[in-house]
Amino acid sequence: MIPASFDYEVAESAEHAVALLAEHGDEAKLLAGGHSLIPMMRFRLATPTVLVDVGRLDDLRYINADNGTISIGALTRHSELEHSELLARSCPMMASVAALVGDPAVRHRGTLGGTLAHSDPASDLPAAVLALGGTIVARGPSGDREIAATDFFTGYFESALADDEMIVEVRVPASDAGWNYQKFNRRAQDWAIVGVAVADAGAGVSLVNMGSTPLRASAVEAAVASGASAADAAALAAEGLQPPSDLNADADYRRHLARVFTQRALNAAGVA
Amino acid sequence: MESITLAVNGTERNLEVEPRTLLVHALRDDLRLTGTNIGCDSSSCGACTVLINGQSAKSCTMFAVQADGADITTIEGVADSDGTMHPMQQAFHEHHALQCGYCTPGMVMAAISLVEEYPDLDDQGVRHGLEGNLCRCTGYQNIVNAVLAVAGSGSKGSES
Repeated sequence: MIPASFDYEVAESAEHAVALLAEHGDEAKLLAGGHSLIPMMRFRLATPTVLVDVGRLDDLRYINADNGTISIGALTRHSELEHSELLARSCPMMASVAALVGDPAVRHRGTLGGTLAHSDPASDLPAAVLALGGTIVARGPSGDREIAATDFFTGYFESALADDEMIVEVRVPASDAGWNYQKFNRRAQDWAIVGVAVADAGAGVSLVNMGSTPLRASAVEAAVASGASAADAAALAAEGLQPPSDLNADADYRRHLARVFTQRALNAAGVA
Repeated sequence: MESITLAVNGTERNLEVEPRTLLVHALRDDLRLTGTNIGCDSSSCGACTVLINGQSAKSCTMFAVQADGADITTIEGVADSDGTMHPMQQAFHEHHALQCGYCTPGMVMAAISLVEEYPDLDDQGVRHGLEGNLCRCTGYQNIVNAVLAVAGSGSKGSES
């Protein structure tokens, strides 16, 4: 279907984008790679009246390392994460997870800031940022603020971003200690039916598509921290969660998958 | 309406488009470049794959205004002007990598981008790399063979 009509504005800087958002209110949306937003507009699930195109802000396409922190510009594309030698060395989970998003053509367009702002509980990269204990830098009319990834995802496709804020940077700690990402789907290219990200040998564990947001598996993390085996820790993966039921899997099957893949991810990350 | 300039297959084209005009519609309806097909219309099938500044992209999931100023290559632009086929087209021909042909323009464009992006492709790499391009004749084996021939891996792929 053809999307509903909208007015198109090209942002010349992040500040300009924020000013345009402030001017147009909550009917405006930022357009980066568009690979989440445009399909939603085509299905008329989203009908913004103004699109602010931030896709040309090449100064927000970078990956830098400084004092153990990796800073990634919000407009960095998934394919750039995937092929980054810096990430391969210093935070291989980000590169590896990026390589599992969609297919190559999708990765050429999709951006890290875009996938976080979209806050789809079934997306891969938000879970990686969450497990790594990352930070999201949002720019608004009064400047920048840092939001911990653990505080960022507030509901189904909802984030802590205000209507007049945009993500400008994502920070993750440099980390190549035991990590793993497990993505279960039935068809190539699909979203995860369930996914599990493990960072820092089980200090950070997050779940994909097990609730209305990407989730930290706090009970698993606590069990690993207290010396539990991977099997005992993974048994807690679905504790207290209300995963969705859909055509691919009902809630009980998702709970089962979460336990199985958490154990596999912990084992692969070096937790016995 | 927005005024945009696209460098399509090496030729600058000026267009007036609605912001909501998808790139695939601008290519097919405004520029009459109908080699780029529309399949699923939801970025799953890859029939509409073109190159944007040399990289594969699904033209059904991009507004034409987003491509303003970009170099775009469609299937019409990959052969030489004297009609010599692109090596990927030639490989598809030699390996009979098509049945009904509907997915073929998108497959060829995705494959050209794939061998450029991943220099050490093997059978699995080609299969993963083309997972965003669906062939509903399920003629994948010969497509994989064709792409591997261009990638120069020497492997002809498994007989799965």
